[in-house]
Amino acid sequence: MTTMSFPLLTVTAVLPAAGAILTAAVPAARRTAAKWLALLVSLGTLVLAALVVVRFEPGGERYQLTESHAWIKDFGVRYELGVDGIGVALIALTALLIPFIVLAGWHDADPLETQSKRWRPTQGFFALILMVEAMVILSFAATDVFLFYILFEAMLIPMYFLIGGFGDRAHTGTDDNAAAQRSYAAVKFLLYNLAGGLIMLAAVIGLYVVAGNFSLTEIAAARASGELEMAANTERLLFLGFFLAFAVKAPLWPLHTWLPNAMGEATAPVAVLITAVVDKVGTFAMLRYCLQLFPEASKWATPAIIVLALISIVYGALLAVGQRDIKRLIAYASISHFGFIIMGIFAMTSQGQSGATLYMVNHGISTAALMLVAGFLITRRGSRLIADYGGVQKVAPVLAGTFLVGGLATLSLPGLAPFVSEFLVLVGTFARYPVAGVIATFGIVLAALYTLVLYQRTMTGPVKEEVRAMPDLKARELAVITPLIALLLFLGVYPKPLTEIVDPAVRHTMSDVQQKDPRPEVEAAK
Amino acid sequence: MNPVNYLYLAALLFTIGAAGVLIRRNAIVVFMCVELMLNACNLTLVAFSRMHGNLDGQIVAFFTMVVAAAEVVVGLAIIVSLFRSRHSASVDDASLMKL
Amino acid sequence: MENLIALLVAAPLLGAAVLLCGGKRLDRAGHWLGTLLAAASFVIGAVLFFDMLGRDTGERALHQHLFSWVPVESFRADIAFQLDQLSMTFVLLITGVGTLIHVYSIGYMEHDERRRRFFGYLNLFLSAMLLLVLADNYLLLYFGWEGVGLASYLLIGFWQHKPSAATAAKKAFLVNRVGDMGLSIAIMLMFTTFGTFAFGPVLAATGQASEGMLTAIGLMLLLAACGKSAQVPLQSWLGDAMEGPTPVSALIHAATMVTAGVYLITRSGAIFNAAPDAQLAVVVVGAVTLLFGAVVGCAKDDIKKALAGSTMSQIGYMILAAGLGPIGYAFAIMHLVTHGFFKAGLFLGAGSVMHGMNDEVDMRKYGGLRKYMPVTFVTFGLGYLAIIGFPGLSGFWSKDKIIEAAFAKGGTEGWILGAVTLLGAGITAYYMTRVMIMTFFGEKRWQPAPDAGAVPSAEPAAEDHAGRMPHPHESPKSMTIPMILLAFGSVFAGGLFSFNSAFVNWLEPVTAFEHGHPPISAGAVTASTVVVLLTGVGIAYAQYGRRPVPVVAPRGSLLTRAARRDLLQDDFNHVVLVRGGEHLTRSLVYMDHTLVDGVVNGTAASVGGLSGRLRKLQNGFARSYAVSMFGGTAVLIAATLLMRGV
Repeated sequence: MTTMSFPLLTVTAVLPAAGAILTAAVPAARRTAAKWLALLVSLGTLVLAALVVVRFEPGGERYQLTESHAWIKDFGVRYELGVDGIGVALIALTALLIPFIVLAGWHDADPLETQSKRWRPTQGFFALILMVEAMVILSFAATDVFLFYILFEAMLIPMYFLIGGFGDRAHTGTDDNAAAQRSYAAVKFLLYNLAGGLIMLAAVIGLYVVAGNFSLTEIAAARASGELEMAANTERLLFLGFFLAFAVKAPLWPLHTWLPNAMGEATAPVAVLITAVVDKVGTFAMLRYCLQLFPEASKWATPAIIVLALISIVYGALLAVGQRDIKRLIAYASISHFGFIIMGIFAMTSQGQSGATLYMVNHGISTAALMLVAGFLITRRGSRLIADYGGVQKVAPVLAGTFLVGGLATLSLPGLAPFVSEFLVLVGTFARYPVAGVIATFGIVLAALYTLVLYQRTMTGPVKEEVRAMPDLKARELAVITPLIALLLFLGVYPKPLTEIVDPAVRHTMSDVQQKDPRPEVEAAK
Repeated sequence: MNPVNYLYLAALLFTIGAAGVLIRRNAIVVFMCVELMLNACNLTLVAFSRMHGNLDGQIVAFFTMVVAAAEVVVGLAIIVSLFRSRHSASVDDASLMKL
Repeated sequence: MENLIALLVAAPLLGAAVLLCGGKRLDRAGHWLGTLLAAASFVIGAVLFFDMLGRDTGERALHQHLFSWVPVESFRADIAFQLDQLSMTFVLLITGVGTLIHVYSIGYMEHDERRRRFFGYLNLFLSAMLLLVLADNYLLLYFGWEGVGLASYLLIGFWQHKPSAATAAKKAFLVNRVGDMGLSIAIMLMFTTFGTFAFGPVLAATGQASEGMLTAIGLMLLLAACGKSAQVPLQSWLGDAMEGPTPVSALIHAATMVTAGVYLITRSGAIFNAAPDAQLAVVVVGAVTLLFGAVVGCAKDDIKKALAGSTMSQIGYMILAAGLGPIGYAFAIMHLVTHGFFKAGLFLGAGSVMHGMNDEVDMRKYGGLRKYMPVTFVTFGLGYLAIIGFPGLSGFWSKDKIIEAAFAKGGTEGWILGAVTLLGAGITAYYMTRVMIMTFFGEKRWQPAPDAGAVPSAEPAAEDHAGRMPHPHESPKSMTIPMILLAFGSVFAGGLFSFNSAFVNWLEPVTAFEHGHPPISAGAVTASTVVVLLTGVGIAYAQYGRRPVPVVAPRGSLLTRAARRDLLQDDFNHVVLVRGGEHLTRSLVYMDHTLVDGVVNGTAASVGGLSGRLRKLQNGFARSYAVSMFGGTAVLIAATLLMRGV
């Protein structure tokens, strides 16, 4: 392990954290300054993340840009950072999305006329977003299990306040019922994730008892070399402890019901933060912790997990079809997509795992595109119900067009980024579990159904009276959506930069679980 | 005299004390009964100390006395302030500390 | 030379990008740009064609590798093109007919305020379709495959303010997605079987794979073809797709996109040749659709829907021919090309009629239009003669060969297929004659406008219908010229292709060719074809030519009524899929709320309820606490003593 002179990863995470504190400290009257500060900090973080991508050598060591300092000596807890290709890709995704989230949420937390002049919701909103960013980046970089656990839990706190404190403007105001629903959603989010986290804490402690330290790299190395033996039952229990926490966060059926509530009640940018950024920690951790630390147990649990993932895919899609609320529909679509990601991870083929990693990135971008446009739409009309819209394309063609592109990305149209990852996941799964692969392809038909039904009901048909005066996208909103769409197109046609970073990491993970891709029938016959 | 008799006496005193705590409403009386129970315990401790021929029991008895003294100080103060605020020394009137 | 291939795709793609992102500034010149780029693509195609002619038969295929698309371990998908004789044929058809239809659309869409966008979508379609036929691997083909699906979705739903158009667009995309599922499963099967999905290695290695696997791949490819080419059981979207503007119906839903399934099967010939069961399935699907489409075509009063039924039926011919193996591939493609000419011409003619008739599509409200629209009448008439297979015209040459090949299949199958194709030819003659007579002959069944010509030509918008009278007139030059050119194709293409078996020889290196030997002589087949088609024409004339056509459709027989409703396929879909799906999703939503959420909420509620009950113990009476303390202590002591006793 090489020691780096410049702690780039720490700096990348500290910048948004410091930015969060500064933003929170901006006086009430200087609200706009707080917004610009948050935007600048998030852009600065993006630059640092770009630096991480540049400094990372795909062909080099497994973990790069490593940092290691003693933290709690008595328990062998260290402040250890390091990134592999998967971590780099997800740090880049996080840093990339936050500026758009900030920009899209520009007016979401403006105080209402009725509120006290000393009230500072705007500062709080942007500070919390930056805080989440810092924690997520650090959790992608952590290579110490305990450090990761702390971050995994700590990010619940700012998320709780973001969901519960800043509701959708479509509902804010005097409506007590809306406030109650919002706090219900926030509490549900917290309880689910805390419950998962507690189980994980037990498993973390159990791991310490078995392994004697918390270092991911050391434990994984000891596991691989056979130095650290685990009884099958111990390994399985520890695996389940970790997996459950990640499955809640991811979320996997049947632990998913917090997501539609949380995404429905939160503002659109926060909903993007939940599904595109924070939830990715769950799937990322499955790849990094479950597979590396407990390879045998992972293989043992695979059939069950594949089944659950399949249920997620089909069930999420079917429920999306049945939704009447735009944001809940997108939430259920996300559940379906997380099913794909988890299936790709546990198919244990290089296509599946590369696909799953790409899927995390692409799903982040595509959901952000769709959800943020949906947010713009909802802000204009003040309603989340699909039935309240109709004929929007006639009055706001650009909005409708971008919404369609976001939708097409969600249904994995070739040429847009999600197609590549979805197809890789399907192929990867099919190679090992043909039946699962075939059932999962039904997901692509259902995806077309819910997306196009949503588009048809909101955008086409005769123009509804209430939307007749709806303005088209403004410059700020275009600045949010155009780069995202450009990125979707670029990664759809040329995903190579991403696959090059991800592939070596996947190769390592494949060797951790001691799996090889199934050979083609024709070759195998020779 | 057989030291076991002291134990009988202590049991008797303890029972009287316990019955008083459960039955009487007046806080002062309840308090006195608690003291009675403590002293019954002290008697037991001393008796056992004598029976087994070591001093541990007597030492513990001293501890108990110190605790009882502290308890009297705090307890009486509470009872007095309760009486001042509600003009009653009944323990059943002081039932506000519930959920 | 091979570097030009990418330009074929790039030119219209550039047009689409510029037109769709360019904004209102391009409204005035956008349609010219779109047409120009389509024409550019055609010119490049022509250059490549002549270059290809100049080379030896064995060296005609060109390859261009642009860049690696998805490189993940052993999974390699490239953006790479392959231009061989089969692709070349398609390139010329797509860009040629495509350019003509661009020109036609300049006139047809003149009054539409979103004309720029229309041309953007058309260019997008051309680009995707070219990608489809130029791809050198199945995944890239899939890219184009879904790309044309998207363009078709956008164009069917071009008049999105009409709920019917939006619904039709969605339906088309969804049904196609079911087919796409087949294609993606086929690709996955190829990957697990061959380790690759590039045309070259896969088609060369079919000998090493098991027949069962090849059958599975073949069936999945067939499913894909059914979706895109509107074959039974995935045909239901094509009729509704006629909601789109007529040039779209001509280009996408007649000449090019819907024939992609035929391309797919022909391209994968090596797989089907090695999997007779899959081939049989192809033939059956083709034969069923051939009759299905023809029957539907007979009953429709909507001119475009009648033509759509006919398209379905004609593609059934092609699929059937492709399912016959090497004796049929070349004829499938030949019929595809001639069909591209005459069906596009027929649709453009229908569009021209609608243009003059205020967007009326009901043929019962036409009649006697030949005097008002002479050019349309003549071009449509030539297309009509071509499609029914009138001797000497294009359709005759290609369809006759397919009927021969069907007989040549041999055995009982051969006889059945031959009979089906013959019967189909008869029905084709019947319904096309019906369309012809109802539209151009007979007495007027429309009310002329009082001052025909004063009313500006109505744009296809539902609102315009109110209070306007039809005033039939010939369409502008930009519309008639493409019709004339296509009519030329309808008349001469077939003869040209059959001269010296030029077309078959041209395609032979790609698709291979075997001479089929029908059990009856070729002359007898031709003769019976002619007899059957004359019978069809005669019956139609007897029914519609000799008697006045009622303006309100008569109730008709059971079959007619069923055929009007697309042989009840939609009703079936509605009841089983739509209703069933609605119930399923609704009950799932309910279940998610009550069951999945309920378990969690129930746990929470029971914990809450328990604590509520326990709370009652905290009554605040010091003496009751004392009782529980004493009781607890007593229990503890008793337990301790008891345990010691044991």
